[in-house]
Amino acid sequence: MESPSSPVTGQDKADGLEDQDLSRAFLSGLPALRAVRNFVKRHGLLRSLMTLVMIAAVLCALFAEFLAPHSPTEIGYDVLQAPSWDYLLGTDHLGRDVLSRVIFGARPALLTAGLAVAVGIAIGVSVGLFAGYGSRKLGSAIMRLVDIMLALPGLVMAMVVMVIMGSGLKSIVTAIALAQIPVFARMVYGETLSVKRRAFIDSARVLGFSDLRIVGVHILPNIASQVAVLATAALGWSILVAATLNFLGFGISPPNASWGVDLQYGRQWVYQAWWLSVMPGAAIALVIMSSNLLGDVVADSAGRGSRIEGAKFKADAVI
Amino acid sequence: MIRYLAFRIGSIIPVLFGMSILVFLILHLIPGDPAQAILLGVGSTADDVQMMRELLGLEDPLWEQYFRYLGGLVQGDLGTSFLYNQPVAEKVVGLIPDTLILTACALGFALMVGIPTGVSAAIWHNRPVDRIAMGISAIGIALPAFWLAVLLTRYFSVKLGWFPSLGTGSIKALVLPVVSLGWPLSSILSRLIRESLIEVRRSPYVIAARSRGYSGIRILVRHSIRKAAGPVVSMIGLQFGGVIAGAVAIEFIFGRPGLGSYLVESMTAKDIPAVQGIIMTIGAVYLLTNLIVDLVRAGLEPSVRDEWANR
Repeated sequence: MESPSSPVTGQDKADGLEDQDLSRAFLSGLPALRAVRNFVKRHGLLRSLMTLVMIAAVLCALFAEFLAPHSPTEIGYDVLQAPSWDYLLGTDHLGRDVLSRVIFGARPALLTAGLAVAVGIAIGVSVGLFAGYGSRKLGSAIMRLVDIMLALPGLVMAMVVMVIMGSGLKSIVTAIALAQIPVFARMVYGETLSVKRRAFIDSARVLGFSDLRIVGVHILPNIASQVAVLATAALGWSILVAATLNFLGFGISPPNASWGVDLQYGRQWVYQAWWLSVMPGAAIALVIMSSNLLGDVVADSAGRGSRIEGAKFKADAVI
Repeated sequence: MIRYLAFRIGSIIPVLFGMSILVFLILHLIPGDPAQAILLGVGSTADDVQMMRELLGLEDPLWEQYFRYLGGLVQGDLGTSFLYNQPVAEKVVGLIPDTLILTACALGFALMVGIPTGVSAAIWHNRPVDRIAMGISAIGIALPAFWLAVLLTRYFSVKLGWFPSLGTGSIKALVLPVVSLGWPLSSILSRLIRESLIEVRRSPYVIAARSRGYSGIRILVRHSIRKAAGPVVSMIGLQFGGVIAGAVAIEFIFGRPGLGSYLVESMTAKDIPAVQGIIMTIGAVYLLTNLIVDLVRAGLEPSVRDEWANR
């Protein structure tokens, strides 16, 4: 605990310094600890745990190479090994390490869902703002179109896109994003209509602000928290849809690690090796659960009654 | 009520019409050539692809293709399947009952589990019962139906041998698909019922009823449940789309015939007319369910009808 920069002039003084440094180090550790404790106290144990799961999943996706104990695609002789110290989650029918595949599987799962939600928000929010703020006739015409898109279950719509575009990451992202655009557009449209009626928008107009400025500076911040809550729920939904598409064989092609694809293999070996189907499925369920609960955390932090919207979207999450 | 009925039925037709354009456009405008997709891996030449394009009518102007498709659609003709070389409509109509039975049973199961759970969680709000029920339902919402299906098969058909893991032979074969499809739904329903009922139980008229000394059961049955059911009924309609979509994976896993497994099969075979036809059918079934749900809600809550009349 001796700091090299501090001059050591005497034994007593050095001891004093050491104490000081120690207590400083202890104190600097405290705020982080306190923040964690406050978070747990405020959001409860379950939500805190699930926040941790999400952080872990993101870390897995970013640093899979460093975290995975084995290669996810290397075929080995230890086929269908039960979980052991060598292979914490066992091995699959080709002798590949299941834990490593689960860790590497976080990457396509989060990447697909993250990109799809980002695209869905970008287009959906723009459409919603445009339809809500612009002329009433055009707005309601656009919303008729959105209603038609909503009349098809999201997964089914995503499947249509997959047929034409073929398998691959780009197709999954497009497919899921397309299914999400109407959901965001509808929510933003409704919110924009209600914000537009408020007095400060009228005053902004009287002041001669441009439409772009009114929408960007005055309307968007007022609906941002609802969009954020919906986005977390949409993330969980996207992960579920992506996993379903992969599971059905329309998504990522083997041998690349993917929870959905691995679960499909696991299903075929369910008689011999339970861990093959349990592990990837648990990963999917945990990440979905954590993004659902993250929505509650965001909604509480935003301090608005926007949880209902999130719940509504979760409603569509039964796939 | 009759005018409301006519209005709701009338409002479905433009949506169906729009959906036919949408599905048509998605299948024709998104990059990717159906002709090439069909001939993929058959060792086809450029001439073959060109011939297939002409055969499919892909060389005609887009609007002409659409009107040809629409013309068939209104006559109940969904085109001819490449895979079976038989009318898609014939096959689809035969499969609708299979899917409806599965989804209806799943919905029934979800209601049977979700209503008691939700109601008791609302009655004992913030007590252990509520906490446990909501904890379980938080897990239930996140469970992918297809994973649940795999796990249930593992224990109930492989280990215990109670239910078959494949096929449609008996009522027994329906149990695992219904539970795996209905379980996540029951979690969502129990949460919705809880929220809805808690709100109703806070409203002035329930407090008034309580202050008159009516028993808890009487208040619950005669004053609260009917009112709380409204939003839940609406939500069931929206949920149903998810249930039909979920049936795709479930039918596939359990090897059950139905719209879902036919969709997966046609997608794998790149059978575009079949995909188009199945999607339109699923959309129509979903719209009709929502129509029925809206009518039930209008019957349950006259205020919905009045709102419509006075709008």
